[in-house]
Amino acid sequence: MADVNRGKRPLSPHLTIYRPQLTSITSIFTRITGNAMLLAALMIVWWLLAAATGPEYYAFASSVITSWPGDIIMTLSLWALWYHFCTGLRHLYWDTGRGFEIKQAERMAIMVIAGSFILTLLTLILI
Amino acid sequence: MAFMTDRKRATGMGSAKEGTHHFWSMTVSAIALAILMPLFVFDFGPILGASYAEVQAHFASPYSAILTALTLIVGFTHFKMGAQTMIEDYVQGTARKLTIIAVILISYAAMATGLFALVRMAL
Repeated sequence: MADVNRGKRPLSPHLTIYRPQLTSITSIFTRITGNAMLLAALMIVWWLLAAATGPEYYAFASSVITSWPGDIIMTLSLWALWYHFCTGLRHLYWDTGRGFEIKQAERMAIMVIAGSFILTLLTLILI
Repeated sequence: MAFMTDRKRATGMGSAKEGTHHFWSMTVSAIALAILMPLFVFDFGPILGASYAEVQAHFASPYSAILTALTLIVGFTHFKMGAQTMIEDYVQGTARKLTIIAVILISYAAMATGLFALVRMAL
């Protein structure tokens, strides 16, 4: 019977046997940054609601979001945003069927990492 | 005599039922966000930590109100679909369905809350 062993079939080793590579690490960070931004997004929605509610509640929300834990979350999320932005553009470029040569893919990984930090610094300086 | 092509008869018969719509929606929202997010960061950044009156004046401007509304709608749509893909990769069975439903509900709730706040300040 083909389905006797369903769900318990052995899995060949994959993640655990590979040396981390620029391409795989930048890929998983796309997912991590994209989903982690939910926290900052919900905080901003809450901040908007507070601003629409009244001065007292706004003052409270504003003090939370600009407190030092708030600052850390917002700064990390800013980096996450620019990182996800860069890798998103990389995905759109890949979608055109280009950029799959190993050398090119690794160069793009370095560009993505550098770009995310440069854009974050620029934003922090300009704002 | 069948006037249907083989391609048409096969559509929707695979185990996934349909395949490219999710991908296409992610592509479209990604391009929209590539435009919106830089604008939003530089519109929202300076107002963070500002006084109550400044925030009210800020969102009374059509540019800021529309930009923030679009960012909320497209951003949470993109998040909802991206998070779904992640859940499908790591969670199985009923837990998978429940997690995906929860993500979709949270996304729409956040969208509606943000839009309500914007309307209240902009009008």
